[in-house]
Amino acid sequence: MIEARNLSKKFGDFVAVGDVSLRVNAGAVMALLGPNGAGKTTTVRMLSGILVPTSGQAIIAGLDVVKHAQEVRRRVGVLAEVPGLYLRSTAREYLSFFGEVYGLAAAQRRQRIGDLLAQFEMLDMIDRRLSEFSKGMKQKLALIRCLLPDPEVLLLDEPTSAMDPQSARLVRNTITQLRSDRRSIILCTHNLPEAEMMADHIAIIRRGQIVVEGSPSELKTRLLGRPLMEVHFARSLNGVLPQLQARLEVESSGDKWLRYRTDNPVGDNPPLLYWLAEQKIEVVTLSEVPRSLEEVYLRVVGQPVEV
Amino acid sequence: MVAIATLPRSNISWWRGVTILMRRELRDTLRDWRMVLPIVLLTLVFPLIMTFTATAAQDFVARYGTPLIGERLIPFLLMIVGFFPISFSLVIALEAFVGERERKSLEPLLATPLTNGQLYLGKMLASIVPALLAAYLGISVYLLGLLIFQNWHPPLTLLVLVVALTTTEAIVMVSGAVVISTQATSVRAANLLASFIIIPMALLVQAESVIMFWAAYDVLWGIVVGLIVVDLILVRMGLSLFNREELLGREIDHLNPKGFIRKIRSYWASAEPGGLGQRFSLIRMYRVHIPAALRRLRGATLAVMAALIVGTLAAMLVVGQLKLPPDLLATVREGFTNLRADSFSASAFTSILPTANQNLFLAILKNNAGSLLLGGLLSMFSFGALGIVMLLVAVAPIGLLAPIVGMAGLNPLTFLFAFIVPHGILELPAAVIATAAAVRIGAALVSRQPKLTVGEGWLLAVIDFVKVFVFVVLPLLAVAALIEAYITPQVVCWVYHCG
Repeated sequence: MIEARNLSKKFGDFVAVGDVSLRVNAGAVMALLGPNGAGKTTTVRMLSGILVPTSGQAIIAGLDVVKHAQEVRRRVGVLAEVPGLYLRSTAREYLSFFGEVYGLAAAQRRQRIGDLLAQFEMLDMIDRRLSEFSKGMKQKLALIRCLLPDPEVLLLDEPTSAMDPQSARLVRNTITQLRSDRRSIILCTHNLPEAEMMADHIAIIRRGQIVVEGSPSELKTRLLGRPLMEVHFARSLNGVLPQLQARLEVESSGDKWLRYRTDNPVGDNPPLLYWLAEQKIEVVTLSEVPRSLEEVYLRVVGQPVEV
Repeated sequence: MVAIATLPRSNISWWRGVTILMRRELRDTLRDWRMVLPIVLLTLVFPLIMTFTATAAQDFVARYGTPLIGERLIPFLLMIVGFFPISFSLVIALEAFVGERERKSLEPLLATPLTNGQLYLGKMLASIVPALLAAYLGISVYLLGLLIFQNWHPPLTLLVLVVALTTTEAIVMVSGAVVISTQATSVRAANLLASFIIIPMALLVQAESVIMFWAAYDVLWGIVVGLIVVDLILVRMGLSLFNREELLGREIDHLNPKGFIRKIRSYWASAEPGGLGQRFSLIRMYRVHIPAALRRLRGATLAVMAALIVGTLAAMLVVGQLKLPPDLLATVREGFTNLRADSFSASAFTSILPTANQNLFLAILKNNAGSLLLGGLLSMFSFGALGIVMLLVAVAPIGLLAPIVGMAGLNPLTFLFAFIVPHGILELPAAVIATAAAVRIGAALVSRQPKLTVGEGWLLAVIDFVKVFVFVVLPLLAVAALIEAYITPQVVCWVYHCG
């Protein structure tokens, strides 16, 4: 589990992170979103025991990041924005070094390296120098390094940014698997569709402070209004529209369609369909109008900052 | 809470962590032909050239009947053959941290469970091991060549001396370079800062060369001891300065005079770093600032007092064991019995205090304050050591004179009571406090203050020195000087019945 309470970090007079509180349970993924320089990397570095918070407290896997920094580092897998590999090493040497540092026994290390390279379809590259790797391969290898000691907590900064779609899917599947293995994961990304797809919880950080957080659907409701439903009919709505307007909060309509808002699609939509069937109005489709996390993000980040 | 199943991991031992890192770094170094080629050349080719040079030079000087020069040339070249390969350790060490930072590979390393000490030592050993192995191999090749072509082999003590010099010099260069590498923002900046290592080392090697030609091997052993002390200080300094946070956080070091001045003002205006700054008030200075500064000086004060006691006792012990000529002791005795009131007139001091004639009080004050200030200045460049040396030099005469007075048949305690205690009771504490503050300035570079950067810790130590010097030491020295100029002579005359 990851828990931060009023975590702050100052560099001189500059407040990089101010009063950040967050909680990621075991088996949950939090996406930490925010513009460049918002404080995501500093937060991750504090949570991984690399930077010491100026104030506040962070608990990782039950350990305080300041008091037990070394033990925290043992339990956290950190993927930095830049892979940062030793280019003169081979993949085997590179991963062996980190495996040794994390205290994996030789046989276990060999097995784990082989398994992870195979999982990421890189086993054939095991004895190749890292200088020969493509950007995406370097990023996959950095992710393998981070997964090698099988950490309880993963802090992943842009894990798929340099990858082709196939590799990105591999990584996403891995993250899903890790979530079901009860790992706590923080995902820093600018890839909003990916964040929406992967995260149970979203936190948007701006100027060092978390400005909004919640599940993707909560954030959409809070910032974009209630879910908007769209119904398409087989025939014209002649004469039925006033009755529908009486039943629903209609936002707009056309000859064969209408849009309405609802707090409770599960409770409101089935009776509506039943009523329409009684009225002999054939429904072609009923669906929620898609609203992206991007809209939420832009609404939050685009707002002027109170200084 | 449900336990999370993870791979079984064992805690690696502290030393194993160091060796794992060292091995990786060594492998990286040995894969870089730009490192390997010069090391091979300096290890194998250069010693062979030196063997040839030594042989040719010895033959040449022998023709002119000066074989001594040739004989001295061989040990000198032995030293040089050992020194050249270790110069490469500097390049590797300078790159150790800042190079990784530039290549962005540092963060994954810092995120591992390796401790700061393991990271520092692993990098340091990885820089030093190839260079030292190359140096030892170079020395072996050179000696083998001499054995084959000249049938010459060195005395064991000379060989051990050269190996000791080579090793301690390598550690000085590498530990210094690693310190630079942890503090620099780029490899370029690290290379520029390396002048602070290269120039002193070049001067040292030149001096060693001259000493080697004089065959003054005892002096070279003294240098080895000095280098070991510097090694220990630099390694301690490196461990103290090594900081994950600063390694990652420092992007560009730009000159910030405004920030520097702001920091000075803040430390001057508040008793504790980060405290609220207030307008200057003499009462607050004595009630809050000085006690806070003296609290910070506690450790240094104890160290200075310990050095003072040990130094004085050692001086007394050494002099006590001397057999002084009876006529010297008679002169001392006579001096005390013939004391006159004008023995303490201002003109009597002019040989040691040139301005004493104008104002004895001011001359004494200027002398004492000047020597303590000089101690502070020298401390900055010697990690505090020269500050203590300055104090010991000033106090040593007491330790030397008291036993001599005793040997002359006079009571040394009476001597101390009459000559030292009246003003010393203030002067000595002032000197100890000033020296402790000076030591702290030097030590700030070796021992980091909690929650402060090295620079901030150093600046705080300087400001503390200024506060303590101006508001405690100077007043104490002034009163002590007054006593020394006008009261101590009276006490001496009273005790020794001046004529």
